[in-house]
Amino acid sequence: MSDQLAISVRGLRKSYGEHVAVAGLDLTVRAGEVFALLGPNGAGKTTTVEILEGYRHRDGGEVDVLGVDPNTAGRDWRSRVGIVLQGTGEFDDLTVGEVVDHFAAFYPNPDDPRQVIGRVGLTDKTRARTHTLSGGQKRRLDVALGIIGRPELLFLDEPTTGFDPEARREFWELIRDLAAAGTTIVLTTHYLDEAESLADRVGVIAAGQLVEVSTPAELGNRQQALPVVSWRTPDGTPQRAESATPTALIAELAARYGGEVPGLTVTRPTLEDVYLRMIGQS
Amino acid sequence: MSTTTEAAPVAVPSRTSPIELGLRQGRLELRQFLRSRESVVFTMLFPVVLILTFASIFKGEIGGGVKFTQYFVTGMIATGLLTVGFQSLAIQIPIERDRGVLKRLRGTPMPKWVYFAGKTIMVAVIGVAETVLLLAVAVLLFDLKLPDTATRWLTFGWVSALGITACTLCGIAFSSLARSGRSAPSTVTPVALILQFISGVFFVFTDLPTWMQQVAAIFPLKWMCQGLRSVFLPDSFGAQEPAGSYELGKVALVLAAWCVIGLVLCLRTFRWTTKRDG
Repeated sequence: MSDQLAISVRGLRKSYGEHVAVAGLDLTVRAGEVFALLGPNGAGKTTTVEILEGYRHRDGGEVDVLGVDPNTAGRDWRSRVGIVLQGTGEFDDLTVGEVVDHFAAFYPNPDDPRQVIGRVGLTDKTRARTHTLSGGQKRRLDVALGIIGRPELLFLDEPTTGFDPEARREFWELIRDLAAAGTTIVLTTHYLDEAESLADRVGVIAAGQLVEVSTPAELGNRQQALPVVSWRTPDGTPQRAESATPTALIAELAARYGGEVPGLTVTRPTLEDVYLRMIGQS
Repeated sequence: MSTTTEAAPVAVPSRTSPIELGLRQGRLELRQFLRSRESVVFTMLFPVVLILTFASIFKGEIGGGVKFTQYFVTGMIATGLLTVGFQSLAIQIPIERDRGVLKRLRGTPMPKWVYFAGKTIMVAVIGVAETVLLLAVAVLLFDLKLPDTATRWLTFGWVSALGITACTLCGIAFSSLARSGRSAPSTVTPVALILQFISGVFFVFTDLPTWMQQVAAIFPLKWMCQGLRSVFLPDSFGAQEPAGSYELGKVALVLAAWCVIGLVLCLRTFRWTTKRDG
């Protein structure tokens, strides 16, 4: 990871008629980092990402992606950026191999199509027509098309939708490989475990603004958050207490109940708890 | 369709040349077309079925020893070019837009024109194949007389080329009108059908009401038919055209004008993303 910026966004604004999709968003992504954008549907994730990808025009703000304004970016810039859009693309009557081969020729220095098909786990489907693929397999084809040009910067918009758990783990490995090779990755996702396991930093978008950016472990001061001790009273009523000294509390409870504390658990807030609190308060 | 030749890792980083990108795109489009059995059958056989139907209805002569089939084959050629250039693109492109194919292509360094070059190559190859098939059937079954001078063949060539170019450009431009792939056929089919009725494809053009002839004269199909009549009918028939001659100069002018209009509309209105993509 370096201090160079792959993406720098200042005061980004975009409205659709009356609806404000992005309301003054600031964002920086360092070269070589894996950055995850989290946020509920309609928070402005896809709008933001598609502005960065050069698909949409912004109403205001400054955007710099790999040193270029995506609005005016040309073919050279496009060859440095890989894009995996939300949803699946359908290429009628072509095979997986043909589509990947075809896209490879658009790039100045493409990866080997066969290897890329292997990396996304579609080798068995190389000769299959794309319309016969399952939803998850179509998604993998999209990922293959996103990385075939050996991008410096890869955008992934909800990439693992429709993946089974095993496919998701394989995909995570692929992303780690790409990141290890120096690719900057910007990922939007609904899956908090995905963000937690892949991202160097996480940004939470709510109502068109970035409400917080930090490492997954520190998000929402998660590490400073007080552990929660829960138990049941003998008549079965659930009890719950936040405590900076949970061990002491448990010792006290043990003394009170004479040994075992019924239904005892000690938890720290999960990323999901923190996240839900953050988007709830916005 | 083996991919072995193209799959080899590129040793020296170099772009595929733009010309080759265009040709590759054309090959891909044709491959897709050939694999879609319905479109092959309907596109290729449509003019043939039309001429078979017409030959069964109009058995006689139109006059001067010229059969009706000799007259109507010109309309069938023109309508075939309209179908493959205008109608099929105006339907196919919105479907590809809906399926995210266009958006994905737009995200690559592919030069935009490559996509259109691919469509043009596809349309040209299908247009030629379909016309050859139509002429072969008409010669074998209905004694169609093919053009007998180099000049006529030349006229045949440029009228078809200019006509199909105009249709292709207008088809691409028209594709931006449809709100979705599903609504595209119902948007474009009536347009094509009405043009065919008023432009002298199904009727002897001069039998149509004058106002209808005048409306038809705004659009390219009428001029394609008229140019093709000069190829397949005796020179003396030119006197029966609305203006008293085949007006080849005007044919060239109107078709060229539609090429320009189509091109301008394509450049100004073409959308790579659907409306809901913002």
